[in-house]
Amino acid sequence: MITLRHWLKPEGRQTLGYHAALLGGVALLVSTTISVADWLTHADIAQRQLEDLQATLQQVVPARYYDNDLVRDTVTVNDGNRTVVVYRARREGQVQAVCYQITAPGYGSTEMVMVIGVDRQGTLLGVRVISHSETPGLGDKIETTKSDWILGFNGRSLSDPPVEQWGVKKDGGVFDQFTGATITPRSVVKAVKGGLEFFARHRAMLLDESSKGKD
Amino acid sequence: MNDYRGIFADGLWNNNVVFAQMLALCPLMAVTTTATNGLGMGLATTGVLLAANVVIASLRQFIVDQVRIPVFVLLIASLVTLADMAINAWLHELYKVLGLFIPLIVVNCCVLGRAESFASKQPVAASAADGLAMGLGLTLALVMIGGCREVLGSATLFAHASLLLGDSFAFLETTLIQDYKGFLLMLLPPGGFLVLGFLLAGKRGMERVMEKKGVKEEFHCSVP
Repeated sequence: MITLRHWLKPEGRQTLGYHAALLGGVALLVSTTISVADWLTHADIAQRQLEDLQATLQQVVPARYYDNDLVRDTVTVNDGNRTVVVYRARREGQVQAVCYQITAPGYGSTEMVMVIGVDRQGTLLGVRVISHSETPGLGDKIETTKSDWILGFNGRSLSDPPVEQWGVKKDGGVFDQFTGATITPRSVVKAVKGGLEFFARHRAMLLDESSKGKD
Repeated sequence: MNDYRGIFADGLWNNNVVFAQMLALCPLMAVTTTATNGLGMGLATTGVLLAANVVIASLRQFIVDQVRIPVFVLLIASLVTLADMAINAWLHELYKVLGLFIPLIVVNCCVLGRAESFASKQPVAASAADGLAMGLGLTLALVMIGGCREVLGSATLFAHASLLLGDSFAFLETTLIQDYKGFLLMLLPPGGFLVLGFLLAGKRGMERVMEKKGVKEEFHCSVP
């Protein structure tokens, strides 16, 4: 109590004890505020992220493919050294399409994160980029808000175009590159192809058919 | 100390964060590829500057010199975190556009700079005015540089403004030249430095002309 009163006078504030108490007090104050703010916003943020996920999944899997709660029907697949969470779109209980995240190496050591939707036959329903750090004005044409380029994957599969033509035009493939940016589309094309190969490897499991036999 | 006209003249022109103090250049180069991005970053920073100045000015009598820097850093970082969480939770559409820029405000030395050189010595109201003025000055600079780079680099102005400001601002979006091939240099960081250099030279030139004419004082109040 004596110390506290001492600190209230300006000359009492030049002590080590006051400095420590000030720093500690401010740290306590801000961490309390942030905890309260986190508690207030946590549910809302989780809800927003779920809505974002839903909105993205709906872009790569058209609504006519499912009548289930897409976001909650998941299966986790071990593929080499990574695990992939796959969202399954079912209609009347049968899996009609699946969607999952794929990543591609991006600018610097960053990653581009995408979701792809694939139907039962292994045909691409859609590809969307969720996050990336590509150069604005160049590599960011992979976003649907900037250009239609990524829609060019719709309807493609591992046999259309043939495997050796799964590349950008500069490499003898069928997909456009961007003026001034070849590396970004090249990386995306490669990752999408990888995504389709993942589907081919785990088809039975993804379509939930392993126990029911072939259709 | 209640010279608000002086505070705003300082913030917007005489002591502009970018054009006079040369601070905040790192986020500046990163985000000013379009005028819209510049505007978003500027407004978010303005909010944090205002809040940080108010908080620090109201605590200034308790903060002693020896530990002021860690205290300022703690307060500013927590304000940015709060802004980040609040925008994410309740203004999610805005967050999707600004999300990337909000954490960048922490490393923006102009916030710490204003805390140190103004808010820690001045009353709350004046500090609030200073935060607002400095923030608007920064916004002005970001929008000008972003606008120049956008026009030269991709021949559009305020592209995607409706994503940031809502559909009612879609009229801001203009395309100057259809099928413009793009001037890549302007969109890359060197373009930012080039534009900044030319704008700085322009500002110096204007000031010199004003001085010669002896209208410097009148000019202050005519700045928007």
